[in-house]
Amino acid sequence: MENQERFEPRIVGFLCRWCTYTGADLAGTSRIQYQPNVAAIRVMCSGRVDPSFVLQSFAEGADGVFIGGCHPGDCHYSEGNYKAVRRYRLLLKMLAQFGIDERRVRLEWVSASEGERYAEVINEFTDSIRTLGPLEWNKEQPVVSERSIA
Amino acid sequence: MSTNERIGVYICHCGSNIAQTVDCGALTEYAKTLPGVVVAKEYKYMCSDPGQDLIKKDVAENKLTRVVVSSCSPLMHEETFRTAVEDAGLNRFLFQMSNIREQVSWVHKDKVKATEKAKKLLRAAANRVLHQRPLERREVPVMPEVVVVGGGIAGIEAALRLADAGKKVHLVEKEPTIGGHMARFDKTFPTLDCAACILTPKMVSVGQHPNINLMVCSEVEEVSGYTGNFKVKVRKKATCVDNEKCVGCGVCWEKCPAKKISSEFEEGLANRTAIYIPFPQAVPKRPVIDRDNCIYFKTGKCKVCEKFCDRKAIDFEQKDEVVELTVGAVIAATGFETLDPRELPRYGYGRFDNVLSPLEFERMTNASGPTAGKVLLKDGTAPKSVAILHCIGSRDEKHLKHCSRVCCMYSLKFAHLVEEKTHAEITNFYIDIRAFGKGYEEFYHRLLKEGVTFVRGKAAEVTDVVEAPEEQGKLVVVAEDTLLGKVRRVPVDMVVLSTGLRARSDAGHMAHVLGISRSADGFFLERHPKLGPVDTPTEGIYLAGACQGPKDIPDSVAQGAAAAACALSLIVRGRVVLEPVTAEIDEKKCAGCKLCIANCPYSAIEYDEGKKVSVVIEALCKGCGTCVATCPSGAARQKNFEDAQISSEIVGILASM
Repeated sequence: MENQERFEPRIVGFLCRWCTYTGADLAGTSRIQYQPNVAAIRVMCSGRVDPSFVLQSFAEGADGVFIGGCHPGDCHYSEGNYKAVRRYRLLLKMLAQFGIDERRVRLEWVSASEGERYAEVINEFTDSIRTLGPLEWNKEQPVVSERSIA
Repeated sequence: MSTNERIGVYICHCGSNIAQTVDCGALTEYAKTLPGVVVAKEYKYMCSDPGQDLIKKDVAENKLTRVVVSSCSPLMHEETFRTAVEDAGLNRFLFQMSNIREQVSWVHKDKVKATEKAKKLLRAAANRVLHQRPLERREVPVMPEVVVVGGGIAGIEAALRLADAGKKVHLVEKEPTIGGHMARFDKTFPTLDCAACILTPKMVSVGQHPNINLMVCSEVEEVSGYTGNFKVKVRKKATCVDNEKCVGCGVCWEKCPAKKISSEFEEGLANRTAIYIPFPQAVPKRPVIDRDNCIYFKTGKCKVCEKFCDRKAIDFEQKDEVVELTVGAVIAATGFETLDPRELPRYGYGRFDNVLSPLEFERMTNASGPTAGKVLLKDGTAPKSVAILHCIGSRDEKHLKHCSRVCCMYSLKFAHLVEEKTHAEITNFYIDIRAFGKGYEEFYHRLLKEGVTFVRGKAAEVTDVVEAPEEQGKLVVVAEDTLLGKVRRVPVDMVVLSTGLRARSDAGHMAHVLGISRSADGFFLERHPKLGPVDTPTEGIYLAGACQGPKDIPDSVAQGAAAAACALSLIVRGRVVLEPVTAEIDEKKCAGCKLCIANCPYSAIEYDEGKKVSVVIEALCKGCGTCVATCPSGAARQKNFEDAQISSEIVGILASM
């Protein structure tokens, strides 16, 4: 075990442009260090995150998916984050049916001023995925994603 | 994936900001292996002119069709590079950026892991750019008028600057008069200018300016629309006085029998009537009826003011009026609140007669205030000793973490005024003296020469528990003198608590109405802490004064003028370019389920009964993409955030190296 390398989870992040992406940038400007496992995709609103993006991420080999939006009441588009949370709840139920631990998807509210919180949330989520171990959904059960591009 | 596209990839070192953590050479070599990439280069500063020229030259020489830049956050330089790409002759949307500074090199130390993450993000961007399409930006006209919310000194300055430039300004003030906090001050630091002498002329100018529509007792209820075309709903509350007929003669408030109402303007140190103006220099000089305290509204009888009003200006039946304004820009200048000293009961405010809040002291020392400018104890005598306690609630983990910036200076001003008026012995208890502005340190030194005592140590409590004979009948300030290293008890007659400034209690609501964010301290969040101090992420909404953070008068005035300049540059331009990230619905795929209509927060989707499909009204769509995520048939599409584009990023991030 000692010689074995630490498992480094592969995590896709979907960050809303107004709050969480800006918060992540602030973590950078403030030089707050966190684990490098989450690679972020910028969307205009967490309401844009189609649950199929999450499933596709797992199908492509992600071990976890992070969705970041504005705090309730702060959405730049009034209520996109509420749409996101509804879809998230339904998605969690669906994940169970796919045999995916629901802890592999996390929806969090991180505002543009919460750089420190972004780093904390990412560290915490990365550690929790590391504890869950690799998912390898793409290997166990080869899924041909119709959206797959590569 | 085979492609006919020719991608150019540019890796920025950002001096050493990126290069010290990301192996830019390896990243450049890696870029060359990605599908479609025909050119990959690294450069010290991609955003500089030579950096941009690199792109322009390659587009021409290498016939590039797409461009990717790996550098800072797109929120920083996306526009810069899009413009460079456009100058080179490509459509500006055939460009993608990957953020390897804010989200890689500045947040990771391990060079191997950082480089690996940078590769993932670059691959995602290179994948995505292949799926991007040329887009046309929409240009819309900008409405030439501006709404300024808040009539304190910042809002006044902004309104006057705009109005003097010939632009129509709607100044919305919640209270019955403009002037804000500054109108309640006696002197201003460090010059000891009389606040009224410098403020009231500006207030009068606002009231008389032909380009300013002043709305007092009014609140902004709703802001909709977009940059250059905001629809602002303002509720003008019923004042029961017809301002067209009223001339402000004052007979009504002289005759009003309800005289024992605590005056908000005087911090409760004096009374007012039920029909009143907050203070004699109020602008507009028009009274309002306080319905909660008016005898007629409480009992159905009285109407004394109506009987005495020659102008027949009293209208008990007046109703609130909702006005809708269409403006190009909105300036938020909603100000601040001072911390309520009751939140820190150890300082005895509310329990002891002679413990004052800073605004109470301001009113007491004001020549037109409740004591005509005399500093007096509750028993009517002058204090022989006064303590001024700095940092009450500020720089305090339990209350306001921030430094309120103005308290040191107003405390020094108070010390000077007490000295001048009473010759009392004055002791300041402070943590640090933060005298940072022009002439401020000099003012501090002047105070030192005036014989004011400074004790370095934050006061722990104010008590009336007597431990020594000289404490009998006094208020005792207990503090650790950190220079002497011992606890001191200083008996005084009067204590002034220099409480901190905080965001208004309705700041959260206002932020929601304006669609802007707040920083952790509750104040409105600017677009960039250095380069966008009066901008917000929404172009066309600007900030001025202490609503953005504690500020003194010069800074508030500077921001008011700056916000006016920003608004002016937008409306003078006359046209604004909108991001084409709107949604559209493919009517061939649409099943007419109307889910998108239910999900759209802007009612921007209509149902075409003839074709049985949903249709996006582009002018109303703000491009959140919620409808696209909702659409079960894949008919809805968000420009520049298409499913295929986002999917290709997912693939890029997760593909094995």
